[in-house]
Amino acid sequence: MAKIGLEVHVHITSLKTKLFCSCPSHYAGKEPNSVVCPVCLGLPGAIPVPNKKAIEEAIKVSLALNMQISDKVVFVRKHYFYPDMAKNYQISQYDGPGTTPVAKNGFIKLRNGKTIRIRRINIEEDPAKIVYPTGSLLTSKYVWVDYNRSGIGMLEIVTEPDIEDPKEAREFLEKLRSILEHLGTCDCTIEGSMRVDVNVSVPGGERVEVKNIGSIKGVEEALKYEIARQEALISQGLPVKRETRHWDDVRKVTLPSRYKEEETDYRYFPDPDLPPTTITENWIKSIASSLPELPDARIRRFMVQYGLSEYDATVLVMDKGLADFYEDVLKIYYKPKEVANLLINDYLRWINEMNIRPSESKAKPEYIASLLKMMEEGVITIKIVKEILSDVVKGSDPRKLVEERGLTALRDQEFLMEVIKQVFAQEPDAVEKARRDPKVVNYLVGQVMRRTGKRADPYLVNQLVRKMLEG
Amino acid sequence: MIQEIQRNLTEGRLDPESYVEAYYVRIERREAKVRAFITLRPMEEVIEEVKRSVERLRSGRHGRLEGILIAVKDNISTMGIRTTCGSKMLETYVPPFDATVIERIRREGGIIVGKTNMDEFAMGSTTETSYFGPTRNPWDLSRTPGGSSGGSGAALAAHFAELALGSDTGGSIRSPAAYNAVLGLKPSYGTVSRYGLIAYANSLEQIGPMARNANDLEVLYSVIAGPDERDATTVSAVLEKKEVRLNGLRLGVLDDMMEVSEKPVKSVVNDVLNKLSSEGSELKEVKLGYLDYALPAYYIIAMSEASSNLARYDGVRYGYSSGEEGLWTDVYSINRGAGFGWEVKRRIMLGSFMLSAGYYEMYYIKALKIRRLIYDNIASILKSVDLILSPTMPILPPKIGDVINDPIRLFAMDVNTVVANLAGVPAISVPAGFHNGLPVGLQAIGPYLSDYSLISFARELEKITGYRDLTAPE
Repeated sequence: MAKIGLEVHVHITSLKTKLFCSCPSHYAGKEPNSVVCPVCLGLPGAIPVPNKKAIEEAIKVSLALNMQISDKVVFVRKHYFYPDMAKNYQISQYDGPGTTPVAKNGFIKLRNGKTIRIRRINIEEDPAKIVYPTGSLLTSKYVWVDYNRSGIGMLEIVTEPDIEDPKEAREFLEKLRSILEHLGTCDCTIEGSMRVDVNVSVPGGERVEVKNIGSIKGVEEALKYEIARQEALISQGLPVKRETRHWDDVRKVTLPSRYKEEETDYRYFPDPDLPPTTITENWIKSIASSLPELPDARIRRFMVQYGLSEYDATVLVMDKGLADFYEDVLKIYYKPKEVANLLINDYLRWINEMNIRPSESKAKPEYIASLLKMMEEGVITIKIVKEILSDVVKGSDPRKLVEERGLTALRDQEFLMEVIKQVFAQEPDAVEKARRDPKVVNYLVGQVMRRTGKRADPYLVNQLVRKMLEG
Repeated sequence: MIQEIQRNLTEGRLDPESYVEAYYVRIERREAKVRAFITLRPMEEVIEEVKRSVERLRSGRHGRLEGILIAVKDNISTMGIRTTCGSKMLETYVPPFDATVIERIRREGGIIVGKTNMDEFAMGSTTETSYFGPTRNPWDLSRTPGGSSGGSGAALAAHFAELALGSDTGGSIRSPAAYNAVLGLKPSYGTVSRYGLIAYANSLEQIGPMARNANDLEVLYSVIAGPDERDATTVSAVLEKKEVRLNGLRLGVLDDMMEVSEKPVKSVVNDVLNKLSSEGSELKEVKLGYLDYALPAYYIIAMSEASSNLARYDGVRYGYSSGEEGLWTDVYSINRGAGFGWEVKRRIMLGSFMLSAGYYEMYYIKALKIRRLIYDNIASILKSVDLILSPTMPILPPKIGDVINDPIRLFAMDVNTVVANLAGVPAISVPAGFHNGLPVGLQAIGPYLSDYSLISFARELEKITGYRDLTAPE
């Protein structure tokens, strides 16, 4: 059994400005180095000023993760030289003499009831972004640095090594992401807004850190690879040494870091430019009283209000965008179980196939409602529903699709009778059997459906076939 | 004499050209020897600005510093004027923004005449560690003007400017004020924004005013002081101007600081104390305690913070670059190795050491405890006296080259001044007198936020000593 701990870095995307200056924090699509000021460039004489909203967001997350919240926010300087660092120190938080992270000792519960402990939450600034002119670190002779990202407010959420396999890691991260999205703290669909470092060891080996994994799927893959690699070494009697590796998302392997990892002394000390901010009980209370509905509560509500199974409710709520979409569909078409089935069994499959998040789907709630309504009215068959769903996810209006492609269910009895006659003529044995065994009726119906390109109304075909058999 | 200058300009008794030329003539005559400035602005530009000031003066809608020439220490960011910090590292650095104090000065019509010499990154007490060479004391060219704001002090003593800005981390305003027979205030921590001050030791330092008389000092302080949303360490308290009267004023004379001062200094200060006594002030001896620990605590904190603050200078985006190409680690080392002087490197090394794991608690944390004790002691002394007096500097201005190669003696010069920085309380240096033509300063320390009382005390003292608007003879 592996021992896995996670360090999750998330951008606080709900902030309008960076963590210590008034530069806008939304830089997607902006010209490199255009969203900068003396503070986030680390120019001489510039002084950081804490963003109070960031502290509030950290308190929100701490409450949602059942953490013990500190009575003050102390920022420290973490020193190391690196080309993405504006000041060659990062303003962060630390658990040491005279300093403390914003919150400690929380947990998240997994579906099977297992508790994953969370050691601490830090508020910190993101460094600038290093851009490789050739796209690769190995072939670039120099790098570009884009300071638009420098000073963006982040939370670092660190777990205890309570996770035992890649699947658990995935479930933990999905739940964490859902909590962050329900709080509104992080819109994790934004590129680069969630990055994970994993620490993983297997019995008999040292701890290996894999840095900077950009997606939950990537974490699961990296862990699978890394555990297999470590177990293979041990089974061959080779040591697993303590090291830092990087995840190559293209080749799906972990690679040793290019630079020898030295024992870094970060020389933490409280940032003298940033006096501690006091967190009062009243402040926490007022934040707690305005917390939105969180995933666990929403799952319970879905079960009670909509009669969903725990599994279905969980699948929907683990993605806030999907859960919101579900409830939006219900506002127009209140058949909770049917809508849930379609979303979970078919809609999600297309979403996953397209490698997007549900919130990135172009389908409108009305579209899902009309699909189910058309099916209920017998206008289209379930087969057609499943067939056109992929286009609906891409933004097509199902009513138009059905019209343009002539997908309405065939209900012309004369035409259907013709087809049935043909099938009966070709399948005399089956017809014989069907007279004695009702199960074989379905076979005949299926043959009819096949010959009509699945457009025939299966209910009507069933009735007509039975009539033929009796007649 | 701000008021007088403004009146003369308004009423036309003084025209902008001859007003400005008078300063530049003095600069022309003496600057080659004194070397107060690192960057001097062209006279024509300054005259143009004065002309606009005169228009505003005559319109009746003018700022408090309208038309006044101000010398600014070269670690205070000035948009469009290079700001070197006395270092090769920033020799060509031109800030794209103004420090808050510069913004406030410009808004009040103040005119920057130039940027003054200083110890490199303010690390020194004699202005000798400057990459641009030492400044000399106008009162005696063989001696230092003190430091690190030595250029600002010398500029006032030679009357190259009417006012000056310095910064004070452990005495860097008060030392040159004392050695140049001018006034300098180290404000209460948090009353003046540090935004734009190139940091040496953030938790200790303040930008502060320097002037040739107490009234001018007060005007400059009132312009630069006040909360600033860009500096979270500024305090929201708005300070009221206060008048003190010497008669009945309770003055504590710091026994331990008198002890460590050399004889000529002591005797000049004692003369002033006698005058104060005959004005009705109640003098009593007080003891600070922990003075032996004040210097080490101060240097541990200052160097630790400095080692962190100076990490950003890697020569890649701004500052000195050797032009070498190679691995970034090598390039950083080459740039920092060549861009910083010896004193700066010494302090970065010591500071880095003291912040490192295992030593942090032994040095930094312990220094913070001393800091707390010193604050407590000052606060407790200030319950029984109104102000605490001492010589500003324990020795007369040293000869150039005399202490610079002896760090222990160099550091020991700050023994009387660092206390106010550690405690965050305001302290002022006022001309006390002369010994063989060499200026001696009197330091007054007051309770937190009593800055205007200190200025008022300086004004009263000025009346009895007559030491105001002094210019060093050529």
